[in-house]
Amino acid sequence: MDLNFSEADSAFREEVREFLRNDYPADIREKMERSVRLGREDFVRWQQALFQRGWAAPNWPVEHGGTGWSATQKYIFSTELALANTPAIIPFGLSMVGPVIYTYGSEAQKQRFLPDILASRVWWCQGYSEPGAGSDLASLKMRADRDGDHYVINGTKTWTTLAQFADWIFLLARTTTDVARKQEGISFILADMRSAGISVRPIITIDGEHEVNEVHFENVRVPVDNLVGEEGKGWTYGKLLLQHERAGIAAVARSKFRLERLRRLTAEAPEGGEALLDDPVFRRKLAALEIELLALEYTDLRTLAAVATGGAPGPESSILKIKGTEVQQAIDELYMEAAGCYALPFTPELYATPDIDDVQRIGPPWAADTTPHYLNGRKVSIYGGTNEIQKNIISKAVLGL
Amino acid sequence: MDFSLNDEQSLLKDSLERFIRSDYDFDTRRAHLRSELGYSQATYERFAEFGWTAVPFTEEDGGFGGGPVELMLLMEQFGRGLVIEPYLASIVMAGGALRHSGSAEQKAQWLPGLIDGSITGALACQEPHGRFNLARVATRAQRHDGDWQLSGHKAVVLNARDASVIIVPARTAGEITDRDGISLFALKQGTKGVSLRSYPTVDGLQAADLMLDGVHVGADAMIGKEGHGLAILERAIDDATLAVCAEAVGIMAVLVDKTVEYSKSRKQFGLPIGAFQALQHRMVEMFMEHEQTRSLLYMAAMKLAAGA
Ligand SMILES: Cc1cc2nc3c(=O)[nH]c(=O)nc-3n(C[C@H](O)[C@H](O)[C@H](O)COP(=O)(O)OP(=O)(O)OC[C@H]3O[C@@H](n4cnc5c(N)ncnc54)[C@H](O)[C@@H]3O)c2cc1C
Repeated sequence: MDLNFSEADSAFREEVREFLRNDYPADIREKMERSVRLGREDFVRWQQALFQRGWAAPNWPVEHGGTGWSATQKYIFSTELALANTPAIIPFGLSMVGPVIYTYGSEAQKQRFLPDILASRVWWCQGYSEPGAGSDLASLKMRADRDGDHYVINGTKTWTTLAQFADWIFLLARTTTDVARKQEGISFILADMRSAGISVRPIITIDGEHEVNEVHFENVRVPVDNLVGEEGKGWTYGKLLLQHERAGIAAVARSKFRLERLRRLTAEAPEGGEALLDDPVFRRKLAALEIELLALEYTDLRTLAAVATGGAPGPESSILKIKGTEVQQAIDELYMEAAGCYALPFTPELYATPDIDDVQRIGPPWAADTTPHYLNGRKVSIYGGTNEIQKNIISKAVLGL
Repeated sequence: MDFSLNDEQSLLKDSLERFIRSDYDFDTRRAHLRSELGYSQATYERFAEFGWTAVPFTEEDGGFGGGPVELMLLMEQFGRGLVIEPYLASIVMAGGALRHSGSAEQKAQWLPGLIDGSITGALACQEPHGRFNLARVATRAQRHDGDWQLSGHKAVVLNARDASVIIVPARTAGEITDRDGISLFALKQGTKGVSLRSYPTVDGLQAADLMLDGVHVGADAMIGKEGHGLAILERAIDDATLAVCAEAVGIMAVLVDKTVEYSKSRKQFGLPIGAFQALQHRMVEMFMEHEQTRSLLYMAAMKLAAGA
């Protein structure tokens, strides 16, 4: 057992830091620092900077544009990106549909889709959930009926994140209804969002954001070439993707950044007052969270190490998801506490505008989005499979109950 | 970054696992617990035969030169078996102070016995008002014709009753909570002026409160340099902290396993109770807490090994 990074690893970290100093666009950095909402173009520009450097998809196989990094390098990379407060990587292309395509897709599909995903030229969205199929995803009703060289798709997807930006959607849809188990007869299909018959209706969430949507399909014709793998095997492909999704949702490095930042912010004593960090009750909460996060960081490292030596991430990714999201939500609460009375003003328009100066804002710049962030963050224990569902998975797959 | 064990560590782990599984059954343990000594001297000597009591000592001192990772492996298995033999007090705590800072004479006097299991030691690191602050030492040591005279009260000293040597921190200078001015003394069991009030602890071990009333010890009983005892104490207690963390993780692992196992056999309402989701989720919580704690344990062992 050994904690040390090799010299090569330290050199690699330096390389990542240098990249961040030079190639992390300054305007995006400033938006992140001042909690200004990012637009589609910001995400794309950041991901393309990574692509230019060859670092867009550390987890992909080298032949498809991956990096071939060791577990330690991946850890260093994600940690450095988070500590530099870079935007989250939009997962739908790079961490979700990409791996499904290179694992199960045809040669033609790989050539057609992977380069655009890698270069963030095409924005994907995830069409799994439906009004009647959430946790019990296999009860989904969307139909894809074969008609010559096409599938005709009918039904509704919901909670579809950033579908308003998307060029393409990957879908789970039923190609056969006459099945013994409801997990059978589901297919994994790719659809162009510009296809006739698709309409996107926004759902505005409690934080005032337009992040999720309902996507309706009415007799949408999709070429059968867009079926991934075998017809009726979509459930298997779809599950692979969920494990990738879960490990990503844990966001250990980002939580580390947010806690360190909170420590910095609360260490400043206001004129004639005491720093919040010196308040024993607050300190204790902060310390308890830091310890929980430290444990999680090492659980994450153990998982990475197991994967690197040939083990599988498996159900442990469920621990990461549960604990990681619990920590994130607890951090959201502490930020609100730190913002004090400035957690109350609700001014989405002020943090949506990059050119507004700090004087026009209300309260300290970092405090403006603490409450919306808290509200938005309620999602993390829901999506990617709710935390209750993760517990069911551990209970079955690990404890054998 | 590497979480794997080397070959020797794997062997150590295997032999411990085998011993705890097959030779440390719960009923025998319970019988030993009820005996006058409160543990089994024969079992403790088997620890020595296996070389476990030698693990943390250097080869020069007659040991194997094991580090925090080896200590962790040992203590995790001891936790799994709820081992009652005084390994922690004798090898990790008293042995720790002696191996870190004992003089050649002191090591020659005490280490062979500690390592072969014929004697045990204790470290009196707490006082009644200390609240886990190692630097709070009210016990005083005063010079007396080239010797030292110790007076004070030590609290809840593990294994004090049975130890042949008790390491006692006492203040040779400074105020009660000063970090400087603490010196360590190796006290022989039965030294005049020492009185013990012994009692069992909640986890089946033995401890005692120690009253020191003008206890005379020679200058050669001082471990390390005069006034610099705190650093020695802290090193030994760092090791001991890691040891009890590892022990706790071993206990947690067993608790998760046994609970899950029971929930599969116990039936109510016609079903094994493990089929009820309310219980499943609580067992998943246990499993996660165990894994999270294990992660912290590995981190602590590796940091201690790296000298952080
Ligand atoms: C912000 C946000 C973004 C999302 N983005 C996407 C997206 O881009 N694409 C997509 O396909 N989906 C997306 N989702 C959907 C998400 O995957 C589902 O919300 C999630 O799977 C839960 O389904 P549900 O909302 O229907 O809740 P339900 O399944 O109705 O669950 C309601 C409650 O019941 C509990 N419950 C349900 N079944 C069980 C059980 N067996 N045991 C114990 N408790 C149970 C749940 O844990 C939950 O607390 C998103 C969701 C949110 C909130």
